[in-house]
Formats: sequence, C-alpha cells, structure tokens
Amino acid sequence: MSAHTTQGGTKPISSYLYKRAKVRLIGLIGLPMFWIVGVYIFSLFLLLITAFWFVDPFTSKVIVGFTLENFISIFTVPAYISTSIRTLLIALAVTGVCVIFAVPLGIYMAKIARPWVRNTLAVAITLPLWAGYLVKIIAMRLVFTEEGFFNWALAPLGISGPTFSIPIVILTLTYLWFPYMALPVFTAIRQIPPNLFDASSDMGAKGFTTIYRIVLPLIVPAIIAGSVFTFSLSLGDYLVAKFTGGSTQMIGSIIASNINLNPPVAAAFSMVPIAFVVIYLMVARRTGSLERM
Amino acid sequence: MLRLSRTSKIILIILVTFILTFMYVPLLVLILNSFNQSNISSWPIESFSFTWWEFAATYQPIRTALLNSIIVATGSTIIAAILGTLVAFALKGYDFFGKGTVNLLVVLPIALPGVVTGVAFSNTYNNFLSPAGFNIGYFGMIVAHATFCIVMVFNNVFARLKRMNPSLQEASADLGAGLWQTFRLVTFPQFRTAFVAGALLAFALSFDEVVVTIFTAPPGVDTLPLWILKEMSRPNNATVVNVVATVVILISLIPVFISQRLTRAQDEGK
Repeated sequence: MSAHTTQGGTKPISSYLYKRAKVRLIGLIGLPMFWIVGVYIFSLFLLLITAFWFVDPFTSKVIVGFTLENFISIFTVPAYISTSIRTLLIALAVTGVCVIFAVPLGIYMAKIARPWVRNTLAVAITLPLWAGYLVKIIAMRLVFTEEGFFNWALAPLGISGPTFSIPIVILTLTYLWFPYMALPVFTAIRQIPPNLFDASSDMGAKGFTTIYRIVLPLIVPAIIAGSVFTFSLSLGDYLVAKFTGGSTQMIGSIIASNINLNPPVAAAFSMVPIAFVVIYLMVARRTGSLERM
Repeated sequence: MLRLSRTSKIILIILVTFILTFMYVPLLVLILNSFNQSNISSWPIESFSFTWWEFAATYQPIRTALLNSIIVATGSTIIAAILGTLVAFALKGYDFFGKGTVNLLVVLPIALPGVVTGVAFSNTYNNFLSPAGFNIGYFGMIVAHATFCIVMVFNNVFARLKRMNPSLQEASADLGAGLWQTFRLVTFPQFRTAFVAGALLAFALSFDEVVVTIFTAPPGVDTLPLWILKEMSRPNNATVVNVVATVVILISLIPVFISQRLTRAQDEGK
C-alpha cells in the first residue's frame, strides 16, 4: 500500500478510484445498465403501457387511454386462445423431439465413439447453429416442398411426405434449435464418471437399464437447461410457421400482423410469450439447472 | 464403461446417422440448388450452371443489402463489445446487491422472443419517439441489435476473467501503474482473445438476425436477411435466393470458425 500513498500525487484519478470500490463499480456498470434498463426494459415497459391503449375504429389511429379490452380479448377470442395453446404445444413438441434426438446422440458421442469421431461429431452438431436462420428455413422448404428432395427420395417406397403443416413446423423448429439441446446433453453425459457404469453392470443391469436408471436421472439438469432455449425460441417464432406451416398461425403471427394495424393488441399479445417464458424460467430455476448455463 | 449389446450399438449408430442426415441434407440441397440452371428450385436438379451466381454478384439490391448488414453488424458489435466487457468486469470484480438481476438483464434480450424485442423497439420508435419529433431511423436497427449482442461478448469475457489471476493486477498497482496502464498492459492482453471471440460471435448474431430487424428497419432499407425474406415470398427468384443463402452460410461461418479457433488456442495455451 505504501507505493500507492507515494504515487498518489502523480496518478490522482487511479489512487482516488483504487480506494473507492463503489465508484469503480458504478463507473463499470452505469453505462451498460443505462442501455439495458433505460433503452430495452423501458421499451418493454412502454409496450406494456401501449397494451392499455386502443385504436379508434373510424380513423384507426392509436388513442392514448385506458382499456382492458386488449387483455380480455386474449382470453375470450377463440382464435387467440387456440393460437396460444397451439403455440405452446408446438414449443413443447419441439423440445420433446430435441430430447429424443439428443440423448442417443449424446450417449453415442460421449461413451461409444472413438475420440476423433467424437470431436468430429461435436463440430458437426455445432456448425449448423451458425448456418443462418432464414437459410435453414429455406433449406427445409426445399426438402419438403411438393417436388422436393423428401418426396423424391421416398418415391421408390411409394411414400409421399406431409405437405407444409404443423408437423413440418415442428421439424423445422427442431432443425433450428437442436444444437442448443444436443450440446449440454452431450457435455453432461461426458461428465458421468465411468465407474458408475461399471457399478451398474456389476449389479447386473443391462445397457438399456443403465441408460434409463443411471444416465437419464443425471442429465435431467442439462435437458432442462437445453429446453429453456428450445422452448422459448420455438414459442416466439412465427416465420417458420409462415414459410413451412401452410396456414398455421402462432403467437408471433398475431403480434406481427397487428403491430401496424392495431399496436395495442400486438402489445397486449406480446405479454403472452413473455409470461410463458418467465414461468418456464422460474420452474427451471427451481430445479437449479440454470447454474450450468 | 457403458456396455451395450451389439444390437443396441447398431441401433445407436443408425440413429446418429439419421440425425446427421437430418442436419446436413437440407443445407446440401440448398447449396446444390444455388447452381440450378432454372430459376425455380426443384429436385432432382436438371442442369447446373453459375448463371445465378454471376447474376447475384452484380445485382445492386443484394450489394446494398449486404452493405447495410455489414454496417449494422459492425456498429452493434462495437457497442456490444464495450458494454459486454464493462458488465463482465463489474460482475467479476464486485459483490453487490442485485448481481443476479444484472446477469438476468444481460441475458433477457436473447431469452425473450425476437418478435417481442422487435415489437417493443418498434413501439417505442413509432408510437413514442416519432410523435415527440425524434426520428431514430437507421440507428434504431443498430440500437436493437447491440442490445441482444451484449450477452455474446459478456459470456466470453466473463468466462475468461473468472479464470484470470487477480494478483497480477495487484502486482501491477503495487509497482505504481495506474488503472488504465494496468488495464492496457496487464489485464487486456489476458482476455484479448476472449474479447475478439465474443465480438465475432456478436457480429455473426447480428448479421443473421431477421425478426428484430423486420420491426426496427426504417422503410426502404434492407439488410441481407430482410432481402432474402422479401424474395422468399416470390418463388420466381428462388435460385438467386439460394445463392445469397449459400453466401450467408459462408459469411456466418467464418467469424464463428475464427472465434472457436481463438478460444481453443487460448484454452490450450494457458
């Protein structure tokens, strides 16, 4: 410390800050918090306020006022209710399919594949994550379109694939977000100590029993961490439904189609995915799985 | 070791092959279709050519959109790099009330659906700032992108800072270096690669972003993903879109590739 007292005269700012942790902290966090809270959270707050406004039915101009109509419509208009439920089910289905894919892939990569196969696969499942969001939607359209790759490949078997509808939406969303599930699951399986498997087989368990009784319980936190992404990213999406779902509508479709026509309704409806995601995050937090993210 | 019967192993390998096929065949079909002679995508491809690649290379709307994408991604990366690093330092070095909340706030812009983020910004710009006489225009896109890019830089820098030895900074201060000097000569070189890696990921994230951009782009301005989106509704330009999509794959992968190389080199070096 003596060095500092003598240097105090030549570096006044540094010595001043050195002794004052609070000032340094405010200096560090002030600008980012201004940005995130002052710009982003404030925008979300303004969105909430807009949700209580309404649109003049004759001039279709936004009127500043107070009405609960927009929120009530979320729970009373049948098309809105069914869209919310449909979106929720699609997001859960995507998460389910991702788990079904990720667990066998993770087991193979972590415990069976040779090191070079494992490393190659790790790169192979990470790369598509960055191939571009629209690019992947276009790619899935090319594969599943009427005269596309899928029908061509299955034609010799006499099978023709599904047209653009909810199953293709689920498949495309899975295609988009699968790496978010695959990577944490793979990491978790890799961290299971090998002697647990020895113990399990010593006690007479077959491979499948070991997977079911030992592997699955240990990777639940990783599955929950991955599901936060697969669930919330699917929940808010609407372009996949627009381009691969035929006439399928999701929550995002309602928000997007109303933002110019009726901003208050779009604003009120934005609270639906926020509520779903927050509830999901709170449930996930209770399990303690978010610490690993 | 996990012992599986021969049949289980074969089933596993079939499943893994199926998953990899599912992940790569669509991208391959897309890339091959960018060389389709016809301007309508189909399978199997009748004849191949570079026609649409040549067309795309000189087509002005694509160039303009690409330029916009690069400007927006660069601008938001610079902002996110500064803000993300500041938050990382604050959360690493200090214990304070609301630390968990700050962490959550940084993650929130990518945790919430893009459509919500986009609508929130659009609502602020159009229903609050515009009536007040302030037109944010082009910069509105950069503000929105920077907000969800912060977490990329934060994650990388924070992970690096956690493994850094704090006594080096103390030693530097003891030797009489000021805070800036210590940062420049001691601290920054230690997390430089993580910083660059995070910034590259932020760039890639912004470059690829479409949903938030739909709502925040000023009228008449297209980024590359916005241009693709508009063309997707017009099937007659399908092959040009495939060309641009292939280019997007390449441009997105380059920063990610460099970023991962940097991170790995550092992990092995230290």
